[in-house]
Amino acid sequence: MAQMNMAKAINLALFEAMERDDKVIVMGEDVGPDEGVFRITEGLFHKFGDKRVLDTPLAESGIMGTAIGMAIYGLRPVCEMQFSGFDYYAFHQLECHASRFRNRTRGRVTVPVVMRAPYGGGIRALEHHSESREAIYAHTPGLKVVIPSGPRNARALLHSAIQDPDPVIYYEPKAIYRLFKEEVPEAMETLPIGAAQVVRKGKDITLISYGASLRATLEAAEMLEEEDGVHAEVIDLLTIAPMDATLIIESVKKTGRAVVVHEGPRTCGLGAEVVARINEAALLYLEAPIKRVTGFDVPIPYFSKERFFLPDPERVLAASRETLSF
Amino acid sequence: MQTHLTVHPMPRTKIDLPHIEYLSILDEDAKLDKALEPKIAPETLKTMYKYMLLARRTDERMLLMQRQGRMGTFPQSSGHEAISMGSAIHLGKTDWHVPAYRELAGLLFRGWSIETTLLYWNGFEEGAMPPEGVNDLPVCVPIASQLLHAAGLGMAMKLRNDNSVVMTYFGDGASSEGDTHEAMNFASVYQAPVVFVCLNNQYAISVPISKQMRNETIAQRAIAYGMPGIRVDGNDVLAVYVATEEAVARAKRGEGPTLIEGLTYRFTPHTTADDPKRYRSDDECALWTKREPLARFSKYLIAKGVYTEKQLQELEAELDATIKSSIVRVEEMAQSEELANPLSMFDYLYNDIPPYLNEQREELKNHLEQVEKAKNNSGVSPQKANAH
Repeated sequence: MAQMNMAKAINLALFEAMERDDKVIVMGEDVGPDEGVFRITEGLFHKFGDKRVLDTPLAESGIMGTAIGMAIYGLRPVCEMQFSGFDYYAFHQLECHASRFRNRTRGRVTVPVVMRAPYGGGIRALEHHSESREAIYAHTPGLKVVIPSGPRNARALLHSAIQDPDPVIYYEPKAIYRLFKEEVPEAMETLPIGAAQVVRKGKDITLISYGASLRATLEAAEMLEEEDGVHAEVIDLLTIAPMDATLIIESVKKTGRAVVVHEGPRTCGLGAEVVARINEAALLYLEAPIKRVTGFDVPIPYFSKERFFLPDPERVLAASRETLSF
Repeated sequence: MQTHLTVHPMPRTKIDLPHIEYLSILDEDAKLDKALEPKIAPETLKTMYKYMLLARRTDERMLLMQRQGRMGTFPQSSGHEAISMGSAIHLGKTDWHVPAYRELAGLLFRGWSIETTLLYWNGFEEGAMPPEGVNDLPVCVPIASQLLHAAGLGMAMKLRNDNSVVMTYFGDGASSEGDTHEAMNFASVYQAPVVFVCLNNQYAISVPISKQMRNETIAQRAIAYGMPGIRVDGNDVLAVYVATEEAVARAKRGEGPTLIEGLTYRFTPHTTADDPKRYRSDDECALWTKREPLARFSKYLIAKGVYTEKQLQELEAELDATIKSSIVRVEEMAQSEELANPLSMFDYLYNDIPPYLNEQREELKNHLEQVEKAKNNSGVSPQKANAH
């Protein structure tokens, strides 16, 4: 179809979803005539009007709580939280209600809602605009958490999220919104939620990542190949909850070594979960302890120093070499 | 006010509620309502004007720097000087000042330096450190949450018979957050000495006030909380001064919180990342720019003989020179070993750094040393090493 960046691909998915299903409603702060602070809702208000694109009052709990009501009614609300750093106000509604209605009502009341939010560092943003707290949602039973890593999978995963019968957190790594373009096919695609992908084949070590950190991971994999002659297999999780442990375990059984890379803090981060899954199912295949290359257990520093917090190819490379030489 | 305890005769009777006043003393053409004019000492008037102008000139200078890539994204404070300064002027040393993020005039008056301001918006945590001995909280980027801290400070004062007051700030958008409701209700229930100052600049980024709420004023919400509320011309520093003076006196008498809504306009973008042409007309912006607070205040000061035209020009030149030297100083500070040290990210999270965090500190330290060594060996510039 066309080369496009991830911001455009997400916009395209919203456009397509709204065209094919008039129950899909977009709501959030500044998503109307302003078209979102990252312009992700570009053209939607113009095309679908104020009954499908709702500029809401400034209240994240209000957005999520009313979206739950609309979803129960039978609509398909897609909420935009302006920055993930502000979605904690909505967390109560997600934790206590969105994630539980199906279970509490034994399947009678369901909440097919999507919460989109730009997350992560790397754009020199203000305080509270650069967090990676996806683990909070992954830790919440009843929620699914999806994180794209590029234009094509972003569009496909957003379609899957909107069609999903349960609440889905769709976290957008904002550092790569406009970083690169990719061919996105004409025909609408979906990707199964809960399925990871091998994005680079290799036999010597498994590198597992998602979101913006996948870029640093792939770069490190190239460096390992060029400088050390090591063939790294790289897995893009795409869904962090429910996690595709099967694919990870298959790969680690083959390579015997693994490094997990993400920018969220280390303690109780996704890396901890990946390590646990591998230990549970493939401990005896391991040739070395699994390493984690992550953000540190501090709030991401304000932007003059955020680059030291974010995993970079050098850190992934160093951890991989330690794992390989164990 | 205790209507809920009153037994009313059947069938339907009217419940009398307070009315909401609007106060304006010095209008956009600098026309003065003599009857309402507060008696303010010339030195105080000078102080107010000085910090309003300093805030304006700093804000304008920061915008230029941002456009040159020497400053991060920041929310501009231009146009909000009267609300900030006309209220903060009443605060003494034991009082607390709890800002949102457009109260630059008040912050500078309270003792925050230009350097600190520039550091903050240039991505340094050090810019959020209040000056020693100043009862201020730093800028609060998340919306409305600071109001609860202000309510809590006020509740503590009440519990400890501390005759001080808290002045806190929020925008029209923030008035929609649940925290705003909770803060005002708590403050009122406990009769805490808090002055809630709303900078109603009529837009929450792109969302106009008409889409934010159906009530005509924000001030009228005070009625629901059982506290006095007033709307003032937020570009009229004298009106702000009078309304907040009354509120502070009431709070110090133990009569609880007040809500003051200052009607103003953000004639700049929301932040330097925003394009207001997408959501409002040039005509509207021009109309409100004409109403900005500094021009009418300077005319008033000249008319009163507080300043001459020439003295105002000298003051502006003097403040510009101060800003200029602050910029030079802050750009040096940013390069200093102390401020540039990435390991500082670990040092202030807890009172005592826990062992696992110390390990992470060491890990980063070693990594940076390794990277530096590798770059030195391969001859790549250290800048490149940190480019990710």
